[in-house]
Amino acid sequence: MNTRLLVPNSAAFDWSTAIPAMPELVLLTIGVVLVALDLFVPTQRRLLPWLTVLGVSVTLLLNLGMSFPLRPDSMLANDGYAAFFSTLCLGCVILTALMREMYAEQVNSHQGEFYYLLIFAAVGMMIMAAAVDLMTIYLGLELMALPIYVLVGMQKQETRTSEAAAKYFLTGVFASALLLFGMSLLYGLTGTSNLTAIGHYIAAHGLLSNSALLVALALMLAGLCFKVAVVPFHMWTPDVYEGAPTVLTAFMSVAPKAAGFAIFGRILFSIFPELYGNWGPVLAFLAILTMAIGNIVALAQTSLKRMLAYSAIAHAGYALLGLVAGTANGMMATMSYLFIYLFMNMGAFGILILLARGQKSRESIDSCKGLAGRNPLLALCMLVFMFSLTGIPPTGGFAGKFYLFQSALAAGYTGTVIIAVLLSAVSAFFYLRIVRLMYMSPADGEVALAQPATAMVVALVISVAGTLLLGVAPGLLFDWAGVALQP
Amino acid sequence: MISLHWYMGLAAALFCIGVCGFLTRRNFIMMLLSAELMLNAVNLNLVAMSHYLESLRGQAFTFFIITVAAAEAAVGLGIAIALYQHRRNVHTDSFTELKG
Repeated sequence: MNTRLLVPNSAAFDWSTAIPAMPELVLLTIGVVLVALDLFVPTQRRLLPWLTVLGVSVTLLLNLGMSFPLRPDSMLANDGYAAFFSTLCLGCVILTALMREMYAEQVNSHQGEFYYLLIFAAVGMMIMAAAVDLMTIYLGLELMALPIYVLVGMQKQETRTSEAAAKYFLTGVFASALLLFGMSLLYGLTGTSNLTAIGHYIAAHGLLSNSALLVALALMLAGLCFKVAVVPFHMWTPDVYEGAPTVLTAFMSVAPKAAGFAIFGRILFSIFPELYGNWGPVLAFLAILTMAIGNIVALAQTSLKRMLAYSAIAHAGYALLGLVAGTANGMMATMSYLFIYLFMNMGAFGILILLARGQKSRESIDSCKGLAGRNPLLALCMLVFMFSLTGIPPTGGFAGKFYLFQSALAAGYTGTVIIAVLLSAVSAFFYLRIVRLMYMSPADGEVALAQPATAMVVALVISVAGTLLLGVAPGLLFDWAGVALQP
Repeated sequence: MISLHWYMGLAAALFCIGVCGFLTRRNFIMMLLSAELMLNAVNLNLVAMSHYLESLRGQAFTFFIITVAAAEAAVGLGIAIALYQHRRNVHTDSFTELKG
């Protein structure tokens, strides 16, 4: 028997190659520790959210402090782009963990699994943000998606969660298969899976008019559009967002979408920059459709949760405008917008959690009625978030939209921008309807409002502060995104 | 020797069967199987290309896809069981609680 096969040769593996993946490894370790803690010390379950917040914060700082020169054949890049998107996703995880305990109390389901599944999904998102290879893109995507499928369906006592999980799972699997087939074609055409190498090969060998390359582009675009919920690949979004536990809906509408945009940008700008003439107009058309469907259907919703789901679709359309521009400025605008969206959307969902108190019947927009009288502070927070989602200065939403529209205009998409502005005006109707109900309608009877838990208050304060700060000084964020895009 | 075209043709055919199955079937398990068929088409593509390009990346990729597909099947069947507990079937036509 050949013993050399049995004894691993430890000298063959250079551990220093693992250092750039340190933040991911640290976060993974924290996740495993939480599994053990939940399993063996169930009495200390109250610690889980705080440990999650602590662990993710440490990873976030570690991630910001790490920067390594990119090796030509590496699969993960520790560049500014990765750091930007990782920060965004980890920030979303922190806010979600802060909000979760309150929600868990309302629906009376204290499953510790929530936290470590959330952490594993965060590891997947970090890998997606840093991925510069088809393999790592796929692995990151699946590592993010699998825990989220479970999280959506976890609250089994409610019937609609399993339906939402099934819909999310089926569309997710279908989208990954489309994306993968596109990837396999790319690999076959170029013989490598490294994004930069693929881009160079395509440019050097004049593959631009190759029909297989166009098929690969189309398949990958379809797969990615599914993931970031762009019309016509959005059918799953409203149902899944409505059926999932509210705190998870908040998470899903921000972080996985941002991670999806991270790989979207990477793929389009490293592999297909020369095919801009093909994908630019297609994405512009899809962006218009997405904004139109999202905003117009949101008008007809009576459930606040479902309205926010459609608003999430519409905002994916806005964020797409930066990619449509196809320039560094456009990408910067998309990145900044996703970051601003993190604060305003998490905040709006936080208030929905407080209003609905875990009951499906109270998710209706009528539960906002008279909120200003019952709790002026909460109403003021909601006012800020609604103004920001509409895009009214001095909130972050205005600054973000301004940059997006500007970059699309500079790229010559005047018509698209005009439609986008008009649809923004349409969106004012349903966002400001909430404001009107809060300030100008009397409450339906005397309904006690849930007393926000400390963690929830912290999350709301962060959201309001972020929304307002980025509205007053959007340059901070935009400059950071610009630095992040520098090679 | 069989040329690469045949392998790619077979993979494309499998993929199309998978897509058609996914879009026409109304049973959760059958849809999951169709999606697995699509993934296997990708595997076939990658392995054949890897052989003809004499690069190992495609085969390495295939191992990852097989592993992820196994994890996906586990999660998917778990969701199917959760569905079955509530409504005693796994037909997507019975997904009527969420709409609008």
